[in-house]
Formats: sequence, structure tokens, C-alpha cells
Amino acid sequence: MAHAPAIHGEHEPTTTGLNHRKLLMWAFLGSDCMFFGTLIATYLVYKNKSLEGPLPIDVFDIPVTSVSTFVLLMSSMSMVMAYAWLTRGNLKAFRIWLASTAIMGATFLAFQVYEFYEFANHGHLTPRTNLFGSTFFTLTGFHGAHVTLGVVWLLSILFHSFREGGVTPEKNLDVDLAALYWHFVDIVWIVIFTVVYLFGVFEGFPGTTPSAVVH
Amino acid sequence: MSQEESQVADQHSAEAAHTGHPTPATYFKVAMALSILTAIEVGIFYVTQIGYAIIPVLAILSIGKFALVVMYYMHLKFDSKIFSGMFFFGMFVATGVIFALMALFSWFLF
Repeated sequence: MAHAPAIHGEHEPTTTGLNHRKLLMWAFLGSDCMFFGTLIATYLVYKNKSLEGPLPIDVFDIPVTSVSTFVLLMSSMSMVMAYAWLTRGNLKAFRIWLASTAIMGATFLAFQVYEFYEFANHGHLTPRTNLFGSTFFTLTGFHGAHVTLGVVWLLSILFHSFREGGVTPEKNLDVDLAALYWHFVDIVWIVIFTVVYLFGVFEGFPGTTPSAVVH
Repeated sequence: MSQEESQVADQHSAEAAHTGHPTPATYFKVAMALSILTAIEVGIFYVTQIGYAIIPVLAILSIGKFALVVMYYMHLKFDSKIFSGMFFFGMFVATGVIFALMALFSWFLF
């Protein structure tokens, strides 16, 4: 027997009573927590184990990273606004907030590209330089890849919303899932900013001094 | 806004009032709280006299920001507990892995 496609709020009956797509997204986010957990653990275990510089205190620029962190936090607000306006039936406001989210996501990525460029060309830090470089670029690189995927996802929804019936207030699950993913990359960055950046260059810890950089 | 869109908006306002789901005003307040917490984090970072006490202070601020996003923006506060279980199980394992590896390598001081 053929079934009509399920939409949010009218999904086919399930044993849990929950939409399976949304449940799957939460399972994925839980598994992605473990993925980033291992990367953060690896970074922390190898922290201060590099035999030569540069070290975090030689290359990190906290004011610049604080601005990019702020941009990503605000993108989470605009994402939730987009979803709120969609569920309230205002497609125009939805598109504006969604486009803002994608632009802020792209801005965050531009900050990251700038940071990587500066590290490689002026800080002489690459993934092959030392343990800090390997673990730092792996961790933040994977986060950047997640953000890039998120921006592509948001833009695809934005373009799809211009098609007749592509995105409607009743059929909002696609946007809900993209929003969950976007907020997840935000909370991962909240942890990275504190653990990697702020703890990495705090000068109040004994012995935290710039290294003699070996090129 | 068309009449149909207006009806949907009214329906969702009524639902929001009934279920206690956040409104755009709440989302804006959460964003302000996140901005203030980030500013405090960066401000404390420059107080070098605080020493190792910065670890619990920044950890608490970071957990606060994390909780705000998860509860309000990801709607876990209002959604099914099964979703919370799926997510926090992964987070629990991740946290366990971090502390287990740090203990294994005898590495607890920054």
C-alpha cells in the first residue's frame, strides 16, 4: 500500500511516537560529540609536549578569535529566528534570517582561513611542524569542515524555499534538522574556544612564556 | 502577510502560549546572555593574577553557554527526553574519554 510522504507533525506512527528523522539526527549529534571528544582529548594529551615551537602563546590572537566566536554565536540566534518565523508562517522573514545565518557562517570560515594563513605564513606553524600544530589543525580543521557543510546545507534550503511548496510552515522538519546541526557546531566551538584558545595562552599559568621558535 | 500565513501565525502563537515554547524575544535575550558570558570569559582571561582558578571559572562560564544553546536554541528543554538521552549519552562518553586519556597520561595540570 502506498503511503503519502510524512510531514512534520503528521509523521507515520512510530513505537516511540517521535519522528524517526529527528531521532536519527539526535543520534548523529550524540555520535559527533564522541568524535569531537576524541579530538579534544588528543589535543589536551599532547598539549605542552611539543619539543620545539611555535606554541599556542606564539601564534594565537585572542581578540580576533573572540570576534569570530561572537559571529558564530549570533549565527545561532539568527538560525533559531529563521525557524521561529517559518513556523509562524512568515516566509520572507525566514529567508532573511536564514541568509543572515549562512553569511555569518561564511564570515566565521573567512576568519578561520585568515587564522590558518597567518599561522602558516607568519607563525611558521603547519600540521607538520610539531604536536601542537598536528592536533590543533586536526581539531579546528574538522570543526571548520562541519561549518562548511552547514553553510552549504543552509544555502540549499534557502534556494529550495523559492520553489513552490519547497519550504512551508507545515513542512518545517528539514529546517529543524539543519538548525539542530548548526547549533551543534556552535556548541562545539564554545568548548574549543575555552579549552584550546583561552586555556592555551593564559599567561597566569606558571611557565607560560613564548617559545624560542625554531624554523 | 497573507490571510493563510496570518492564521498559521495565530495558531503558533497560541501553541507557544500553551506549551511554553520560547518566543523570538526569548531567543534574543538568550543571545544577549551568550554575548555577555563571552565578554566575561575574554575579560577574565586578561586577569593573570587569578592563576589556576581560571580553569573552574572559564569551565563554568563555558558550561553555562553550552546549556543555554542546548536548552533554548536546540529546544531540548521542551522536547522529548529521548532526544536528551541520545545527545547526553554521546556527551557523557566524550567527557569520559577526555578524562580517561588525561588520567592515563598523568596529565591534569595546564
